[in-house]
Amino acid sequence: MSLWITLAVNSIALGGLLFLLSAGFSLIFGLMRIPNLMHGSFFMLGAFLGVTLLDRRVDMNFWLAALLSGMITAVIAGLIERFLLRRLEGQVLPQVLLTLGFAFIIADVCLMIWTGDPWQPPTPPHLRGAVQVAGLYFPLYRLVIVAVAVVVAIALWIMVDWTRLGAMIRAGVDDAPMARVIGIKVSRLFTLVFALGGALAAFAGVMGAPYLSVYPGLDFEMLPLALMVVILGGSGSLLGALVGSFVIGFLYNFGQAMFPDLAYVILFLPMLLVLVLRPQGLFGRPL
Amino acid sequence: MTQSTAVRWGVVAGASVVLLTLPWWLGNAYYINVTSQILIFAILALALNVLVGYAGLVSLGHAGLFAIAGYTAALLLQAGYGHVAAALAAIAVTIVASAVFGVLALRATGIGFLMITLAIGQIIWGVAYRWQSLTNGDNGVNVSTRPQPFGLSLSKADAFYLATLVVFALAIGTMAVFVRSPFGASVRGTRDQERRMNALGYNVWLIRFFVILISGFWTGIAGLLFVYYNQFISPQVAALTTSAEALLMVISGGTATLLGPIVGAAIVVIMKNIVSAYIVRWNMVLGIIFVLIITFMPEGLVPGAVRLSRWGWRGVRTGRKEVLAEAVGERK
Repeated sequence: MSLWITLAVNSIALGGLLFLLSAGFSLIFGLMRIPNLMHGSFFMLGAFLGVTLLDRRVDMNFWLAALLSGMITAVIAGLIERFLLRRLEGQVLPQVLLTLGFAFIIADVCLMIWTGDPWQPPTPPHLRGAVQVAGLYFPLYRLVIVAVAVVVAIALWIMVDWTRLGAMIRAGVDDAPMARVIGIKVSRLFTLVFALGGALAAFAGVMGAPYLSVYPGLDFEMLPLALMVVILGGSGSLLGALVGSFVIGFLYNFGQAMFPDLAYVILFLPMLLVLVLRPQGLFGRPL
Repeated sequence: MTQSTAVRWGVVAGASVVLLTLPWWLGNAYYINVTSQILIFAILALALNVLVGYAGLVSLGHAGLFAIAGYTAALLLQAGYGHVAAALAAIAVTIVASAVFGVLALRATGIGFLMITLAIGQIIWGVAYRWQSLTNGDNGVNVSTRPQPFGLSLSKADAFYLATLVVFALAIGTMAVFVRSPFGASVRGTRDQERRMNALGYNVWLIRFFVILISGFWTGIAGLLFVYYNQFISPQVAALTTSAEALLMVISGGTATLLGPIVGAAIVVIMKNIVSAYIVRWNMVLGIIFVLIITFMPEGLVPGAVRLSRWGWRGVRTGRKEVLAEAVGERK
């Protein structure tokens, strides 16, 4: 019995992490139509930066480290968007190659700096231990991940649906030339969205580091998960990303526990079903 | 026009002679093996080019199909089946896998297609990596012998090279026929004017599906040759890097040309062999080349060079204005 509960808690925690990762991916993909294949790399880069910032020699506060890592990655993402990706607006193939090229470069830079060994920063002291709920013990850190994901989800939802900034972003997506005519700086907004997506991915990386550990290859392990979340949930939909993340989180953990050999095939099934029955995803617009 | 056709056939004949006699020129088994690799990856790049260049569908999952053929053959050989059975089964399994791949990926076009193929490719990698009881995981599968078609031994580098060359010639021949055929024209039609093709009564979905099968078939052949060449296969073959390299070959050489993917394959394989001899950072070099090509030569090397040489050639004789007018006229 307790095995199932542990699995369920792990699944929810992974779901929370996946949401932090794929919310940015979904926004970039759904709003800007850019297939950002370096999103997993942002996650890994953020996690590695977190490893350094949380190291004994620096010993930064955990939340400060996560934010700083997110900001550094946001700057990198913003620069790539501003100087390279923007010139390729609307050209899918070049965008794919450029982001893939950077994914390889980032992977190799990380390998050079942080070597090929896995790193696992310690769980921050104030988040260790377990919480007792209804006679059962839950590891505190996993619950914190979920809480953070929920807070970020609400913040993003408010930003996109209820603020002036969100309205301008949506206007830029729906009809960029018209939005420009009425004075919205669409290009600047897109840079902002891209940087925000990178920041969220890196933040997720730091959050996930004490739990998943960080190693080379993590980037291309997370990227397909984010892809599947977006295919499941539908591109550009935050609600879709949320639901998709938890579905994938559960399938991944339960699949690995029950059928370790076939974990990847099990992940594949819901994607297959959604593609056949509802190609635009559960909550999305057509791809 | 007849003159240029003659020139073209002359070049083809010259290239065939050079390729056929290459083992005697190179002498060293290492270089012959590198050439075999180039030919194998050229087949893969040509197969991918059918999809990327002519049908306008960008796949990042071809390493998966490539690996499925290799794994099927390797596992059947290990289980004690003969070479003929293993090879036929490998091709059959790859075609079935391509059909599934096509049905799923064709739910979308453009970015959606690419995302789905990427996800499928990563899943195939995941299966190869994690399904230890079937694929032996990261340790890979060994293949003890190469096949002996018509009783000829392929264990030596030059013999294997010549056999690969025969398959390569078949591949490029069928591709040339495919490109010039009415079917090839309809494929290009679905790439450029999907709606008009639909209105003209073509079944766009079915045409794309057939293209995926053709592409999958040749990808499987390349995968089969690759496993015979290395006599070993591991999940690394199915990794995204392989798909990305294949795409780089197609795009750096020039999409929708016959020569482009071959040139691209040669460049990538040679660079990979040379670079990995001096530094370990092949992935970084690969990434940098991607970024540079996209920024400075988005059309690829072969079309770029053809354009430059044509301009240079005629420019000397007739001056630039007429060339421009002619280029515009050609486009109409």
